[in-house]
Amino acid sequence: MKALLICEYRQGKLLESTYELLAFADVLAAERVMLLVGTEAAAPKFDGKVYLADSGVYGEFNPDLHKRLFLDVVQKEHPDYIVFIHSPYGWDLAPRVAAALKAAQVSEIIGVKEGKFEVPSCNAKLRRLVSPRSAQVVLTIQAGAFSPQGKPAGTPQIEQVSIEAGSSRVEFIGYEAAEKKEVDLAKAEVIVSAGRGVGKKENVEVIAALARALGGELGATRPVVDAGWVEHTRQVGSSGQTVSPKLYVACGISGAIQHIAGMKKSGFIVAINKDKDAPIGEVADVLVVADVMQFIPALLARLKK
Amino acid sequence: MKILVCVKQVPDMESRFKVNSEGVWYDEKDLAFKLNEYDEFALEQAVRVKEQLGNTVDITVLSIGPDRVVEAIKKGLAMGGDRGIHIKDDHPWQKDPWQIASVIAAFARDKNFDLVFTGLQSQDRGSAQVGGILAELLGFACATTLVAFELNGDLVTVRQELDGGMCAILKFKLPAVVTCQMGLNTPRYPTLPNIMKARQKELLAFPVTNFIGPKNLAATERMYLPEKKGHGLVLEGDVNEVADRLVGVLKEKTTVLR
Ligand SMILES: Cc1cc2nc3c(=O)[nH]c(=O)nc-3n(C[C@H](O)[C@H](O)[C@H](O)COP(=O)(O)OP(=O)(O)OC[C@H]3O[C@@H](n4cnc5c(N)ncnc54)[C@H](O)[C@@H]3O)c2cc1C
Ligand SMILES: Nc1ncnc2c1ncn2[C@@H]1O[C@H](COP(=O)(O)O)[C@@H](O)[C@H]1O
Repeated sequence: MKALLICEYRQGKLLESTYELLAFADVLAAERVMLLVGTEAAAPKFDGKVYLADSGVYGEFNPDLHKRLFLDVVQKEHPDYIVFIHSPYGWDLAPRVAAALKAAQVSEIIGVKEGKFEVPSCNAKLRRLVSPRSAQVVLTIQAGAFSPQGKPAGTPQIEQVSIEAGSSRVEFIGYEAAEKKEVDLAKAEVIVSAGRGVGKKENVEVIAALARALGGELGATRPVVDAGWVEHTRQVGSSGQTVSPKLYVACGISGAIQHIAGMKKSGFIVAINKDKDAPIGEVADVLVVADVMQFIPALLARLKK
Repeated sequence: MKILVCVKQVPDMESRFKVNSEGVWYDEKDLAFKLNEYDEFALEQAVRVKEQLGNTVDITVLSIGPDRVVEAIKKGLAMGGDRGIHIKDDHPWQKDPWQIASVIAAFARDKNFDLVFTGLQSQDRGSAQVGGILAELLGFACATTLVAFELNGDLVTVRQELDGGMCAILKFKLPAVVTCQMGLNTPRYPTLPNIMKARQKELLAFPVTNFIGPKNLAATERMYLPEKKGHGLVLEGDVNEVADRLVGVLKEKTTVLR
C-alpha cells in the first residue's frame, strides 16, 4: 500500500499539520510519498520521496493548478491513498481530486478500525465506519486526530514536478490576515464563554457578569460572534483564539471540534448545557445539566456572597 | 441568470440519537428535522444576488430526500427562491456524496445554471464533498468555504476562509459552484406573507431513479454511539443545590475562588 500525502504550505512556511499525515500513514502501515507545492527550503523533514512543485510558478493557493499537479503525481506514483488534512485546503481539493479520479472519498477520519475508516457524524454524537469501494481512495484526516511521535527528522529526496501551467480558472488575488486581536484571551486566567444556547443577545450580559465575578474575560463561539452578540475578537476556536486559562466555563456550547480545538488545554473546564449528551461533556471536568439562564443567576448569587 | 441552491434536511443536532435496526444509520423516529445550517447561508446569498440584479434572476431550490424534505424546500422558497425541485429518495443516506452529487449533476446538466450554491457541509454527514464533486462533474469553476461573495457582471470575487481566520481572495468567471461557510451572511427569517406566497410557487417532484448514474464509491458499514469519554463530574437537579456543589468543586479543584 502506498499513500500520497498532500502537504500544506502558507506564506512561505510548511504547516505543522503535514506531520500528522505521516503519523496517519504509519497507522495505515503504508509506504509514504509526499507532495508539496512550495519551496525546497520548506520541504518536510522526512526520509523519503517528496514531490515538489514550485509555488512561485503554481501559486501558493491556486486550487485549479494544484489539482492538476496532484493528478500528475498520482499518475506517476499510482498511490492507493491520497491523503489531505480535513482543512479548508482539503475540503477544496479532496473532492475535486476524488471526482477527477472517480475515487471514493472518506472525510474527517479519526481512526482506522477493522480496515475501515472511522469518522464522526452529527456533531460527534455518532460515529460511522466507512469502507471505500474504489481501488484508489482520497482521504481527509481530522486535524489533531493523529499525533506525530517525536520531533520530525529526516532528509527528503526531492523530485521536482512540473506541468504546463496554462491558465487557471480561478485567480488568486491575495491573502487577508485574520482580524487583529484587541482582546488577548491567551492571558486571561478565567474565560467564561457564551454559546448559542444562551438564546439571545440580551442574555450575553449574564454570561459577561459571571466572567466579571470570576475575574475573567468573556469568550464566545463562532455562531454567537457571527450573529453579532459578541465582538469578533473574543471568538474561541480553530478560526478564533486558542486559549488555556486556569478555568474555562462553557455556557450553552455544544462542543464542536472547531471550538474544542481552541480551549481543550484549559486547566479546568466547566460546561453548562441542557443536553446531557452534548459533546462538550467529553472534555469537561464538570458538566452541569441545566438551563444556562436559570443556572448562572443562581451561581452568581453564591459568588457574590 | 439561473441559480441552483442545493439544500439538505438534517436532524436537530441537539437530539438524542439512536442507531437504526440495520445498524448503519441513525433512527429517524422521534427526530425533528431542519434545514442544514450551512445551506441557509447558501439560500441567503442566492436571494441577495436576486435582490442585486432583479427579476432576471431565477432561483431553483433542490433537495434529495423523502417527503419530509419538502419543508426544507419550502423554507427556501419562503426566503426568496422561485421554484422547488424535490428529488424523491426514501433512503438518501444510502447514497455516498459522489452519488448525491451525480444525481444533482444529472438534473442540472442541461439546464444552463450560471451559479450553484451549496453548503460547506451537511451537519449529519459532515463530508464537505458534494459541492466540490458537483463542480467537477459540471466542469464549472469552484470556490469553497466562502465568507464573502460579490458579483459584478459575470465576474465573482470571494473570500475563502483558510485556517486561523485567515482568508484568500479569489476571482473567477461564471459558471461556478460555490460552497458557503458560517458567517457568509445573516440568513433572513421568512416572513408570514412570504411563507404564504411560497405556497403558490412551483414545486416539482421527480423520482430519484430518473437521475441515477454511477454506483456508490463508499458505503457506511456501521454506525454507533461513541464510547463515553467524559470522565468528568455530572451535576444535575435543583439549580441552587447544583450551584452550591459547583462552588465547592471550584474551591477544591481550582485557585480562582481563593
Ligand atoms: C472551518 C470552521 C471553523 C470554525 N471555527 C470555529 C471557531 O473558531 N470557534 C467556534 O466556536 N466554532 C467554530 N466553528 C463552528 C463550529 O463547527 C460550531 O458550529 C460552533 O462551535 C457551535 O457553536 P455553539 O456551541 O455556540 O452552538 P450550537 O452547536 O448550536 O450549540 C448550542 C448548545 O447550547 C445548548 N443549549 C441550548 N439551549 C440551552 C439552554 N437554555 N441552556 C443550556 N444549554 C442550552 C444546546 O444543547 C447545544 O449543545 C467553525 C466551523 C468551521 C466549519
Ligand atoms: N440530499 C441532498 N440534497 C440536496 N443537496 C444536498 C444533499 N446532500 C448534500 N447536499 C448539498 O451538499 C452540501 C455538502 O454536503 P456534504 O458533502 O454531505 O457535507 C450540503 O450543504 C448541501 O448543499
